[in-house]
Amino acid sequence: MAVDASTQQSGAEPSGVGDPRSDTDTRPSGGSGPRSGADTRRSGVAVESSDVHARQIAGLDALELADRRKSGLASRIWSGLWPVVSALVLVLLIWQGVVLAGWWPEYVFAGPVTTLTELADRLGEAEFYQAVAVTMRRALVGFALAIAVGLVVGALVSRIRPLRRAVGSLITGLQTMPSIAWFPLAILLFGLTESAITFVVILGAAPSIANGLIAGVDYTPPILLRAGHMLGLRRLSLYRHVILPASLPSFLAGLKQGWAFAWRSLMAGELLVIIANQPSLGEQLHFARELADSPGLLATMIVILVIGIGVDLLFGAADNALRRRWGLHQVTN
Amino acid sequence: MTTPLTTTQAGPVSGPEREHGPAVRLEGVSKVYGQGRDGLLALDEVSLTVAPGEFVCLLGASGCGKSTLLSLVAGLDAPTAGRIEVETGRVAMMFQEPALFPWLTVSANVEMALRVKRGGDVKGGEGAGPRSRAERRALAGEFLDIVHLGGFGGKRPHELSGGMRQRVALARALAQDADVLLMDEPFGALDAMTRDLLHDELERIWRERNLSVLFVTHNVREAVRLGDRVVLLSSRPGRVVESFPVELERPRRTDSAEVARQAAEITDRLREEVLRHGR
Repeated sequence: MAVDASTQQSGAEPSGVGDPRSDTDTRPSGGSGPRSGADTRRSGVAVESSDVHARQIAGLDALELADRRKSGLASRIWSGLWPVVSALVLVLLIWQGVVLAGWWPEYVFAGPVTTLTELADRLGEAEFYQAVAVTMRRALVGFALAIAVGLVVGALVSRIRPLRRAVGSLITGLQTMPSIAWFPLAILLFGLTESAITFVVILGAAPSIANGLIAGVDYTPPILLRAGHMLGLRRLSLYRHVILPASLPSFLAGLKQGWAFAWRSLMAGELLVIIANQPSLGEQLHFARELADSPGLLATMIVILVIGIGVDLLFGAADNALRRRWGLHQVTN
Repeated sequence: MTTPLTTTQAGPVSGPEREHGPAVRLEGVSKVYGQGRDGLLALDEVSLTVAPGEFVCLLGASGCGKSTLLSLVAGLDAPTAGRIEVETGRVAMMFQEPALFPWLTVSANVEMALRVKRGGDVKGGEGAGPRSRAERRALAGEFLDIVHLGGFGGKRPHELSGGMRQRVALARALAQDADVLLMDEPFGALDAMTRDLLHDELERIWRERNLSVLFVTHNVREAVRLGDRVVLLSSRPGRVVESFPVELERPRRTDSAEVARQAAEITDRLREEVLRHGR
């Protein structure tokens, strides 16, 4: 048996209160709010005791909440930044090293200086921004549609058991299908149009998003379901107030993965489906290869990489904010 | 409120004229998990009553079906046989974990109990119907005040200590305006110091609000510290072995000699029960 060490209530025990409940068995009628208060302050002793008690509790609370410090903004930024900067410098050095090794002539594999100069030049041209705009529009439209499809499919599959058995593993199967394998079909169905690209982007991203939602629903902690049930939440209200919020972290992870698939599918699509008067990043890649424009090709690749990383960082930040709010990890600074 | 229960509505009674039947009555309640010969008999013909305003502690070694019993009373599960009656049907439950929603603030967690449509108009029509958001927020603040957490409404559950979270859970249970509070080892995971303070808290709130409490624990001293009555359950299957009235004056202390003496008596009886399984 546990030995309970008790150190509270030193000398503050009320004496002679008698049967404490004999005078509290009337319950104020009507009101449904808190019923405490008036009848506690019956005697000086009781007041003192409850006061001491409240202060003991406050003391314990303060002790337990102590020592939660945060380090300064500058040091946090620096601690996040220096590994990235070091890695970047390392990559540039290796790249320059490979170029200096002379395995390929400079016009086939351009060095970092040439490439970055080319990139800087492009950043000053309107055509570059047009291309980025077209690509981003396609990405966002495709991704938004994928979210809609993923949400509907995920919600239905997680709720309806037979549907789960029927298509549950199919969704995971779709996830493993390389998106480029969809293009021949997409081009047959939609021709060389933007619809073909959007179609494949949706197919690439939606399964991950649906799976994220399904996993979140599956892994809702049972104790929260019981707590919700005790609070009187049933069916749809339980879904809305407990299951959906509880599945948010998993859903967010699904979105992040879905974005990665969407971005890859889009690049594959833009390489294959080239539409006149619609400059895009994929198209630039294609023509750079045709024209053996090595610095241009590498510069476009860098842009594609940076955009992909940038969006991924956004998801990472959202995920971090969520985790911090929920207390899912201790922030270590 | 809890649909699977047979509830005898006492009608809109108020104050002194309250019905004097038991707040909770279990009659020959059995629970079998699984089916046929593989079925596990968790509870065997358990009969038990909790009087209005009574604090009953359920005590037993592991496997005695204490938690099963609470789930049945709470309506989270249905009995295989027998009847369970909760006089007013208004039952709240606290678990060993606080079971707070991590995506909500402390205040919003309590508000969740106020959001749910109240169990009809058993307690006078005034205030029926959904409450406004501001009303809920204000009420939640009052409930948090009761557990001495008035200033913590804006925090997230993870920012609080274990004992504080359990108090939020208590505030949430109180906010349901239940007469019957079911507690499944609510302080089991807390350190002794915090647990002692929470015993005092619970006792105070129970008295002030005239709750009927069914409190499950495996800690004999805790049971004697808190209960008007300690009901000992046997293990596999769970049956009521004996009921010990605790007539010590309140407030009690877990480390007092009287509590220790009565706890020792009950512990001896509990060991006898456990011994039966040793053979």
